[in-house]
Amino acid sequence: MEETRRSTGSALTFSLGLAALVSVVATVALGLALPSTVEQSDFSRLIAIHPGVAWASYVAFGVTALAGALWLWPRTRRTDWDLLAGASAEVGVVFTGLTLATGSIWGRASWGVWWAWDARLTLSALMFTLLLGYCALRRVPGDPDAVARRSAITGLLAVLVVPVNHFAVEWWRTLHQGRSLLQDIPGNDVDGKFIFAMTLGFVAMTLVYAWLVVHRLRIARLEAGIDADDLDAAIEARRREAVPA
Amino acid sequence: MSRDGGSMWRDALLMAGKDLRVERRSRVTLNQVAPFALLVLMLFAFALDPDRDVLARAAAGLFWVAVLLSSLLAVQRSAGLETADGLPDALRLSGLDPAGIFLGKALAVAAQLILLELLLGAGVVVLYGVDIHGVATLAATGLAATAGLAAAGTLYGVLAGGLRVRETLLPLLLLPVVAPVLIAATRASEAALTGVQLDVSPGDWLSLLAVFAVIYIAFGVAAYGSLLEEL
Repeated sequence: MEETRRSTGSALTFSLGLAALVSVVATVALGLALPSTVEQSDFSRLIAIHPGVAWASYVAFGVTALAGALWLWPRTRRTDWDLLAGASAEVGVVFTGLTLATGSIWGRASWGVWWAWDARLTLSALMFTLLLGYCALRRVPGDPDAVARRSAITGLLAVLVVPVNHFAVEWWRTLHQGRSLLQDIPGNDVDGKFIFAMTLGFVAMTLVYAWLVVHRLRIARLEAGIDADDLDAAIEARRREAVPA
Repeated sequence: MSRDGGSMWRDALLMAGKDLRVERRSRVTLNQVAPFALLVLMLFAFALDPDRDVLARAAAGLFWVAVLLSSLLAVQRSAGLETADGLPDALRLSGLDPAGIFLGKALAVAAQLILLELLLGAGVVVLYGVDIHGVATLAATGLAATAGLAAAGTLYGVLAGGLRVRETLLPLLLLPVVAPVLIAATRASEAALTGVQLDVSPGDWLSLLAVFAVIYIAFGVAAYGSLLEEL
């Protein structure tokens, strides 16, 4: 057991975790140190967290699709790509959920409602359900290759439909709501300190995403190894039964 | 197996003919899906109170939600036809072009959806008291949206087809994907149903529907064979 643990962790995963931790602490500290604004009081500090979380959810979506495509392409087909796609999607669910949660809190503070049928919100909600569907599909047991193929195609389709969804909800919003939400989203007049906190948030969340994916990938590999070992052990046991001692 | 375009379309027509013949004899869409679609229209009326103004204003959206829910049933049925009794093997051994199988099944679903849409359209006019202002826009929207729904539905139908949990998984996979069809088709047909002019013209919404349909038809033609192997 000790041996297996050593074989997947490395100095790299450790330093990645350390970097993620340090950057998150720095982001939180810097975010809390930001001045409160007239319009949004203390909630403006969410700028340190929310855009970074949203960014990480897009990264997760992209990595899932890309890893799926690499698995589908015969020349680059490796089990690891499939495991990476799955790991990234699961972490993506967390980040998309956090995007919706932090966005909702911010929305309540600045627009007075928990939810508005704005283009970005609607698109994020649709992405959340797309990722949930993808994860549900992955959990359906079956031959690893079949699962990988189904998942890869679903991931690619989901990422293809995101731009179409984007246009649909973008145009739909302009008809539906007169309210301009864009003035509440970081624009040109944002203070340099806010920009810096936001950028740090992007870095921190990307590191956290990477760290989580690496660890989910390590678990997935161990799981795959257990399945393979179990199969080998079962075959070995049957062989011993067949050969008279 | 020859893979030229001619054989693809020949196989498509063969497959569509087969599915529609099965439907003519079993009448599942006619006897089960069509009454279900009308029932959905009635349920909306219950939910929104029999207030004709609200119903007439929301008619386009309600119509397309009803189409979407019925299309789930039509897609389940279409995929179910190929998964029973060792049929996947028969389909693989048939030597038909997978792209042709995909197009044929999508065509059959589309034909049934168009009939459902006509029925639902009549239902909306009668039950919700809607006046139709633009038949051409409605027809174009119906065709473009149906092409997208049928292609996406057929693709996800085969994707989930071999799974034991397909009845519950298919709606979760399909509905977020066809969300743009619902939005675009609703907006494109809104002007024709309510007579209200909008900022974004129906033409833009129609092109979005067309883009969606093209993406899914292209992806289906490319990926159906590989998914058929897993069925």
